[in-house]
Amino acid sequence: MAETARSTTHSKEAVPISLTETETQKSQGLWMEAFKRLRRNRMALVGLGIISVIVFCALFAEVVAPYPYDAQIRKDNNAIPAWLPTFFPTVKPKGVEGGYATVSDRYLLGADALGRDLFSRIIHGTRVSLAVALVGPLTSLLIGIILGSLAGFYGGWVDNLIMRIVDLMYAFPALLLIILMMAFFRSSFSQSEPGTLAFALNKVDSAFGGMLFIFIGIGIASWENMARLARGQTLSVKVRDFVLAAESIGMKKRAILMRHVMPNILGPLIVAETLAIPAYISTEAFLSFIGLGVNPPTPSWGSMIAVGAQGIRSFPNQAIFPALALALTMFAFNFLGDGLRDALDPRMRGVD
Amino acid sequence: MAAYIGRRIIGMIVVLFAVSVVTFLLMHAIPGGPFDSEKKLPPEIIDNLKEKYNLDAPLIEQYTNYIGGIVIPHIERGKITPSQQSDYLIIIDLGNQTYFKWINFGPTYKSKTRSVNDIFREQFPVSAQLGVWALLIALCIGLPLGTLAALNRNKPIDYMAMGVAITGVSVPVIVLGPILIWMFGVNLRLFPVTGWGTPANVVMPAFALGFASSALIARLTRASLLEVLSEDYIRTARAKGLGERVVITIHALKNSLIPVVTVIGPLFAALVTGTFVTETIFGIPGMGRYFVTSITNRDYPVIMGTVLLYAMLLVIANVLVDITYAWLDPRIRYT
Repeated sequence: MAETARSTTHSKEAVPISLTETETQKSQGLWMEAFKRLRRNRMALVGLGIISVIVFCALFAEVVAPYPYDAQIRKDNNAIPAWLPTFFPTVKPKGVEGGYATVSDRYLLGADALGRDLFSRIIHGTRVSLAVALVGPLTSLLIGIILGSLAGFYGGWVDNLIMRIVDLMYAFPALLLIILMMAFFRSSFSQSEPGTLAFALNKVDSAFGGMLFIFIGIGIASWENMARLARGQTLSVKVRDFVLAAESIGMKKRAILMRHVMPNILGPLIVAETLAIPAYISTEAFLSFIGLGVNPPTPSWGSMIAVGAQGIRSFPNQAIFPALALALTMFAFNFLGDGLRDALDPRMRGVD
Repeated sequence: MAAYIGRRIIGMIVVLFAVSVVTFLLMHAIPGGPFDSEKKLPPEIIDNLKEKYNLDAPLIEQYTNYIGGIVIPHIERGKITPSQQSDYLIIIDLGNQTYFKWINFGPTYKSKTRSVNDIFREQFPVSAQLGVWALLIALCIGLPLGTLAALNRNKPIDYMAMGVAITGVSVPVIVLGPILIWMFGVNLRLFPVTGWGTPANVVMPAFALGFASSALIARLTRASLLEVLSEDYIRTARAKGLGERVVITIHALKNSLIPVVTVIGPLFAALVTGTFVTETIFGIPGMGRYFVTSITNRDYPVIMGTVLLYAMLLVIANVLVDITYAWLDPRIRYT
């Protein structure tokens, strides 16, 4: 008996002592089954396809985009392609009565007010949105899983303290907190002396086009749901037999938490974060929209929409196309997230 | 139940105090002050301004002064001046020239004549109205959509309704806003593009803001109604020969609304506190602009005031959920 228990602590994933070989394989089969179910979900596949295209665009933006995102031709400002007036009847090209727009087929979707190619900027804009979609959830997952599992595992005053902080986070209007933190990060690090940590952070931030603080801000402001979920999962995992087994062979509490509890609560947390990705993307777009996001000239869909919306009467293409790009991305992540949830939903197990 | 509510209210006050402390520290940690401007003011003027607003005092004193102004009521003899009228949110005439004055959120540094309470009085109703209309639109779209979807499960209507729902969560206001303006404002000229005050002004922003929530309500209604329809008492109702319509309306719909009713509070709070983008896009004179500009201006009382007001809304909404749950579902008991 003791021999069996000891051997379980060596395996990466803790296994209840009583389980036989076939039963342990079942849990692997569960993920395989989920993957199979995901593959049958057509909408999720469409989402995955769109996301792959976006990832490709982000990785190879220099190749996909016809022009650099900051290349400016002054005389082409607000230029429109020849096909545009057929779909946007309010736009009047030069030559028609009352026409004002320069027509140039150099640009697939037109040029912005500074004479930069709209299509190239939309392609480069995928980088910001995808980076937020990746780093935002990771930040909040990291904070959430640590605090949530600590609260659930140790209970008592630790639990009380952490959950009161979570309550506080729920009371904070999320966007207001993000804006406050962004202002704090921005101005305190931009006035820093060379050689300090703040200065180094600021250098890293400008290398990201001013995106680093957006990630941090959004992540810090949205871990509370993760923490609640992680706490609940921990509470249900810590009474399972394999934790008891680990305790009985004298494993340290912290080691149990790290090696047995955390790996076992990760699955639901990842699904929850995938479902939350669209919210991260739209938060970034919103921050860029009100001018607290990326620094120009780095293109972000949010700031492109903000600039385009001001001239929507004359040049609707400058707001509508980035808006459509944003919507398409959000659709794709929603489809994938829904598909993942359905695939992993325990109530769906054994239905088909 | 009463003890439970009492405990929750005390918890609420504690949380609000914590929010105020965190906000206070965070905003004072941002470098720069309210009187930094492009055109440098002479140092004497800045000193005088700081003295006027008590900004030289230690932070703890500034904090207690600020919170004291809000929490502690004043009862004073003497005439009420117009500036006091604008400073205090609640003024009650106790007769005999004695007045009960309560809740002073402080001045705004950027305007000599307006107090934070003035901003609340003039701008908050606009945001709140927008929130209410958005909530109504969300309910009017979401409830029928979710019900239809559940009653026609796995039929084309269901797929269509859920398609609308997923569109709702995928199209944020900054996407929907410009598209609505371009379509109905510029192309069809049905609604005014910007402005506030007439019913026509409300339609587009309220729809833009409420559409995402209608998706949420539709999904919730569908899930909840499907769950109720599989309950035993629905089978009983059918077994005793009730007509389908009676079963649906009397037995199923009413019970399926419980989760929907409970989200209305937080949803309203979220809608009212999330009107920034909508207000910017449609040029609506609400609270949103004040908060964003107050942070860049370091207008401390306005930052504190907005955060506290919104935090209060959120906290009250969260407590209301728990209480309505206990009230609507007799199986839940709080002690």
